[in-house]
Amino acid sequence: MIDPAAARSVADTVPGIPRDAEGPVFREPWEAQAFAMALALHARGLFTWPEWAATLGAEIKRAQENGDPDTGETYYRHWLGALERLVTDKGIVDRETLARYVDAWDHAADRTQHGAPIELRPEDFR
Amino acid sequence: MADHEHDHHDHHGDHGSELSEAQLRVRALETILTEKGYVDPAALDAIVETYETRIGPRNGALVVARAWNDPVFRQALLEDASKAVAALGHISRVGDHLVAVENTPRRHNMIVCTLCSCYPWEVLGLPPIWYKSAPYRSRAVKDPRGVLADFNVELPKDTEIRVWDSTAETRFLVLPMRPEGTEGWSEERLADLVTRDSMIGTGLARKPGEIAQ
Repeated sequence: MIDPAAARSVADTVPGIPRDAEGPVFREPWEAQAFAMALALHARGLFTWPEWAATLGAEIKRAQENGDPDTGETYYRHWLGALERLVTDKGIVDRETLARYVDAWDHAADRTQHGAPIELRPEDFR
Repeated sequence: MADHEHDHHDHHGDHGSELSEAQLRVRALETILTEKGYVDPAALDAIVETYETRIGPRNGALVVARAWNDPVFRQALLEDASKAVAALGHISRVGDHLVAVENTPRRHNMIVCTLCSCYPWEVLGLPPIWYKSAPYRSRAVKDPRGVLADFNVELPKDTEIRVWDSTAETRFLVLPMRPEGTEGWSEERLADLVTRDSMIGTGLARKPGEIAQ
């Protein structure tokens, strides 16, 4: 179980997390899911928060060099990019597999009637 | 099945669902990490749940407060909630088929959501986890008064309880009754009384005495 204090501490340690006085805020549900994944992986000892901050910082820098407007709206895109970078750098998964799963989810969404819960099935992998 | 790029067809057809590129990447990563045993989806849900009230613009409360203070807006909201909410400048990406249902002394409205991807989180914030559970949904339909009692909501016997089933086509926002003793309050002050649960009908708006002054 993730200690709420851990979530607070990441908000204090990792710069730039969109937040208000009470802690992190999220624009969309996926942002909170990406946040939760980082917390869970950290809890498993996959990385330290300074390591996370450095990876995220590099993601943001790269995006800015490529013309990211840096309005804060894209913060969790960079967060997601940092997650992908860390799991690939650590050899948990390769980029090809990631792309294959993205395509499979896209396929699952396409065949799911609008409004129904979207679930991944073996046939979504082509 | 035809190949297709990650472009985003901007239609509201009856077929197929849409996930944004970010949603696809999050789901892909979560699936892989789950399969490899690095994360537990239930633990991720638990983390997200602790932030359930902190996701999205959470501006439904302002919509309700405006409706309480402005009869013209209230009328517009009840006639076409999507249009009225959009006119306030709030994001209405999923608000295209939003319907506001008004609580009165005679009728209490409650929403159940059988299709959680259609929940209007842009307006209401995230749904509580229990809201998506099958037992809640079936009980809400069969025994709405019992469900309300579980939430410590007791309504007069002659108040009709109407349960609305949220679908892909239509999502609902409950317009709760304005608490007594709030005459002359500003919208900002009124908005503090509007809880998420009051906007899905499993609660009432808070009374003036229930909030810190």
